[in-house]
Amino acid sequence: MTAFLALIDRDLRLAFRFGADTLASLLFFILCGSLFPLALGPSPDLLRHMGPGIIWVCALLACLLPLDRLFGAELEDGSLDLLMLTGPAPAAVAFAKMAAHWLTTGLPLLIASVPLGIMLGVKGSELPLLLFGLAMGTMSLSLLGGMAASIVLGARRGGVLLPLLVLPLATPVLIFGAASSYAGQLATSPAASLDLLGACLFACLPLCPLAAGQGLKAAVG
Amino acid sequence: MTSPSDFPTPPVPGRLLDVEDVTVFRGDRLVLDGVSLTLDAGDAMILTGPNGAGKSTLLRTISGLRRPDSGEVIRYGDLAWLGHQDALKPGLTLAQNLALAEKLGTNSLPDALDALDLTHLTDLPARLLSSGQKRRAAFARVMLSGAPLWLLDEPTVGLDVASIERLGAVMAAHRAKGGAMIVTTHVPLPLDNTRSHELPSLAHVESFWLS
Repeated sequence: MTAFLALIDRDLRLAFRFGADTLASLLFFILCGSLFPLALGPSPDLLRHMGPGIIWVCALLACLLPLDRLFGAELEDGSLDLLMLTGPAPAAVAFAKMAAHWLTTGLPLLIASVPLGIMLGVKGSELPLLLFGLAMGTMSLSLLGGMAASIVLGARRGGVLLPLLVLPLATPVLIFGAASSYAGQLATSPAASLDLLGACLFACLPLCPLAAGQGLKAAVG
Repeated sequence: MTSPSDFPTPPVPGRLLDVEDVTVFRGDRLVLDGVSLTLDAGDAMILTGPNGAGKSTLLRTISGLRRPDSGEVIRYGDLAWLGHQDALKPGLTLAQNLALAEKLGTNSLPDALDALDLTHLTDLPARLLSSGQKRRAAFARVMLSGAPLWLLDEPTVGLDVASIERLGAVMAAHRAKGGAMIVTTHVPLPLDNTRSHELPSLAHVESFWLS
């Protein structure tokens, strides 16, 4: 457990030291979201209606950006060898990296989605639900993304493969997540979509680290 | 961490490692062909052989990073690993880089840094260290682990003569305490009573295996 926390601690230190990765996905998220009004026209009704969907899609894409380096940097500098040999169990290593990914990417996205949502005209009363859904959604995306990143680790052109692997897996998260965010606008209950979104998260929670651990072991072999 | 009880009981007291008839392929190229060796407490084994003879592959197989395609590797104790790369994050200080190894290991960081003459560099970011200093920092990680079996892949790369002497002293102390090590090197090490294991180049059998 101490090794697990030490690993997260190390990744957070690295992220603070080199903010570029976090900043890049954050700026991508905001810029990407800001492009929609330019393309769709400035109609407030249209933007308010599309707002939650835009935020969800942009968050999904922004989560993908730092995945390439998540394990890539560890593999290249030999740290992964050491972690596999003397660190915690491979699945725990993978889980620690996924947790660090969420803390350095998912959490900032969550915070940035407030100004983006307000910019797109999402009502203040609808924001808490959007954030709650996004919190679960970004956690699932970190888990799924970490799994995919470990699977393509060491493969040539892994960066190209990564989105092709993550995006189909992330569709349930996107469908239920966006559906829950629209509940406020459509005056329906978000319970069902939130339940299913939670189910996605709780399915990913044990399975993705296990799969990723195997991926990491295969990558160093 | 694996506890001592996770390992099988050695057939001979003091035995740390049995490698039995290990064969490894890389793709369809034969890299290791029936390698057998044993290591007892106090041993220092130097792996020799031309480039591409599979020295690093053998170390990775012994460590468990790679599975042998046939044969068996049986370890009777924990291992510490020094790979080709130093595994230091350029943005973190030396102490931060070694923090994880210190938590996992049993030895104290100040002692290890002192033995390798790194104490004055503790709070320096790793990107400011020279390649020799980085190599010593990576070696400090091996010392921190407290594991009896050391697997060292080219530990002397980039080191000056004084540093190699210092490394030799650390290695000798480890052997005196009942540890053992397998080292690949192209530079003579200041060690007594080493055993050596020569790996033949298998480049010539490639065509045979492909046919």
